Amino acid sequence: MKICVLVKEVPDAAVEKRMDPGSKRLDRSGEKNLNPFDTHAIEAAMQIKEGGKVDVSEIVAVTMGPDSAERALHKAVSLGADRSVHLTDDSLAGSDVCATGYALAKVLESESPDLVLLGQQSDDGECYTIGAVVADHLKMPSLTQVIEMDTQEGKLTCRRQAEYGYDTVEVDLPAVISVGDAINEPRYPSLKAIMGAKKKQLDKRSAGDVGIEDGKVGEQGSRTAVLAINPPPEKQAGEIIEDEDTNETVEKIVAWLDERKLLA
Amino acid sequence: MSILTYALHFEGEFNKNSLGAVSEAGKLASEIGGEAAAIVIGGDDLTDDLCKSLGSYGASKVYRVRGEEGLAQPVVDAMAKVISDNGFKYALFGGGLLGFEIGAGLTARLNAGVTMEVTAVKAQDGKLVAERPILQDSAIVDVDYVGEPGIIIGRLNAFEIAEGGSGDAEVVDVEVEFSDFSNKCRVVKRGEQGESEINIEDAEILVAGGRGLGKAEGFGLCEELAQSLGGAVAATRAVVDAGWYPYAAQIGQTGKTVAPKLYLAAGISGAIQHKVGMQSSENIVAINKDPNAPIFEFSDLGIVGDLNKILPKLTEAVKAKKGA
Repeated sequence: MKICVLVKEVPDAAVEKRMDPGSKRLDRSGEKNLNPFDTHAIEAAMQIKEGGKVDVSEIVAVTMGPDSAERALHKAVSLGADRSVHLTDDSLAGSDVCATGYALAKVLESESPDLVLLGQQSDDGECYTIGAVVADHLKMPSLTQVIEMDTQEGKLTCRRQAEYGYDTVEVDLPAVISVGDAINEPRYPSLKAIMGAKKKQLDKRSAGDVGIEDGKVGEQGSRTAVLAINPPPEKQAGEIIEDEDTNETVEKIVAWLDERKLLA
Repeated sequence: MSILTYALHFEGEFNKNSLGAVSEAGKLASEIGGEAAAIVIGGDDLTDDLCKSLGSYGASKVYRVRGEEGLAQPVVDAMAKVISDNGFKYALFGGGLLGFEIGAGLTARLNAGVTMEVTAVKAQDGKLVAERPILQDSAIVDVDYVGEPGIIIGRLNAFEIAEGGSGDAEVVDVEVEFSDFSNKCRVVKRGEQGESEINIEDAEILVAGGRGLGKAEGFGLCEELAQSLGGAVAATRAVVDAGWYPYAAQIGQTGKTVAPKLYLAAGISGAIQHKVGMQSSENIVAINKDPNAPIFEFSDLGIVGDLNKILPKLTEAVKAKKGA
């Protein structure tokens, strides 16, 4: 079985995020990191490989993004991927969900995986959607927000959270599965793995290499347009207490609750 | 026809967020000069009467498809056919998991624009413009659609349910040829709840715990405080998924929506998926040791400190106060 894991470089959680008013895109100039949800997808792939129920021939980390995204791939490899693929091309800049999903599907097509794994959401876009977009292009079954996965030859049994509780769903392979962060605890990379990551094979591919059609990606291929970016409605900030003396803090909380008649 | 919504149902009832979407579509369709319709998928439990009832929320027509409910891809097949056959300009979904999955699949299938987490939709010059908060709600973008259809996926509770429309909807049965890959997912069990039933929706006071509790046993602190306050315990998705607390107590995007008089959040960072389930609470108190936790941006009283120290003392103080 060949597993491809989709990963994404996102702004570090500690960096304040802002929009570039000119391009109306996210300002990505600050510190960046591998999307935390994707580390769970890599770990899920590693657990299938190490679980011994099915034979995993290789785990390939795949990303789309500018040159800097290479670092996310190095991290993915240090966490266990055998090699990585980087789709990078100026024509991809400004792609929306529709265009990004199409482009990623074209790279995956060139890899012919038996299973595609990804984190259910990215820290920056919070879209929850890429897995399902990619799956429809690849004509593969797909399931999102999966928190347990049992892999057998040719099929998966997944448990996921849905509107009315947990659903258990059987999925035939090949398939695209988005995982939640409760699925596992990602391992820490060893020093040896971090050092060795840059030596593992990293294939750079352009839009033309994977057969992406002109006009279907980037701003030209996007089907949404941002008309305006506005500030949110003003909300009065609440009171903040720094807990230095807990007895005093608790007294203040009780007084606050009492004032609002919440201790009746 | 102009706006098609998907209405999810379970055990003979439509999902609240779906009814919100149907209501919103009814309102918007009249503003842009068109009609609103809904599509439903399922088995024999989708009776004529149940389908017709969507008329009172604003759907003039209901397309009924026989197929498996609870999966996204069969709905994508069905919606793509109904949209193509009838020329809908927009597809609108209420908040929740299936809206995201179906909307995304439809985007790929129809090469259409999609916007998710939409909090409001405006009618402008016969078109719809979606408002989407981004970057932890620090800005709101207005999104326009290029080509048709435009796909709008609401945030949980974004659209109000409005009953009292024009009566029964017309029910139209549609035959759909499902894609090969749609048939490669099978629901084995649907809607398992976990081990206990807790009615958090009726509680006036909720003490909610998140990852900051450190471990499942940390919920003992929340339970004691909830008991002293006369309330119930709720939980975030992360801790429910991690098996620390039952699903029935979960707040947020895939859990329950609550609006108690007091919502006390312990060790909860305040991710958007949680916020949507509790932001209507009358009084929000948050305890978190991270001063930068987003929850402090929308709480009425924020305590920056260690909940392991604060909660036991607060429980004692509440007991003392109430006993007085």
